[in-house]
Amino acid sequence: MVTYGRTVTDDDRVFKAMADPTRRFLLDLLYERDGRTLTELESELDMTRFGVMKHLRVLEDAGLVVTMRSGREKLHYLNPVPIRLIHDRWIDKYRERQVSALADLKQHLEENPA
Amino acid sequence: MTTTRQATTQVYRVHIRATPQAIWDAITRPEWTDRYGYGGLAEYDLRPGGKFRSLATDAIKRAGAEMGIETPDVMVDGEVIEADPPRKLVQTWRMLMDPEIAREGYTRVTYEIEEGSGGVSKLTVVHDLENAPRLAVLVGGEREAEGAGGGWAWVLSDLKTLLETGSRLAG
Repeated sequence: MVTYGRTVTDDDRVFKAMADPTRRFLLDLLYERDGRTLTELESELDMTRFGVMKHLRVLEDAGLVVTMRSGREKLHYLNPVPIRLIHDRWIDKYRERQVSALADLKQHLEENPA
Repeated sequence: MTTTRQATTQVYRVHIRATPQAIWDAITRPEWTDRYGYGGLAEYDLRPGGKFRSLATDAIKRAGAEMGIETPDVMVDGEVIEADPPRKLVQTWRMLMDPEIAREGYTRVTYEIEEGSGGVSKLTVVHDLENAPRLAVLVGGEREAEGAGGGWAWVLSDLKTLLETGSRLAG
């Protein structure tokens, strides 16, 4: 297991998982209807059960899919949090930049009155 | 895109570099609950049958008023079903901010906290939303553009930021 630089490796897993069209399709399926079994997901894809399992495993490792047991069934849920974390971190960075740009502008205007 | 999610259960998971106790406190103690997500002061009687309420602060009421929303004193209420600190909390959950959503009645929220390696804990939130389609849209974050907040994903992202950095997301 990789230890630290953990944030970086988590993001890497998310981007790698989403870089594949089949995996994005699986996420779309779960977005439309969450909590599906492997059999249900497999029926939507022209792929072997083993192939679908492999893709789901990559999504699970990236934290994008969470599985929960319900009786004898294993249900797959879309977990949007890893994408949200990336989104929020970037939004935060842009906001900081906007705020500091405004502060710079204010300082500039005050020091150089028209 | 106007696809609406058809699910009665939503599952959210986040890894946080914090102890299970710190995460438990952040969920159950008012001095923490007002510092991330929608805010509000949590009031828990942490035993089966105990009451839960999330109370609006003056700051929340003012922010609501600016958007033309009247905020009730109790924003969310419910009842504790199971409390096993700092590992598991199961409770009912009814949102009172919007009369139509309030009418959908009580839903069920389960928090599970597991200690992992390297000081990182895993928090899983399961929200059972049977017969609560409006609340499902809200906590799913689909009304964020209207200023209704980003739902659980946003709340948990903000919680992670707070516990790991001591401050919350900008804005």
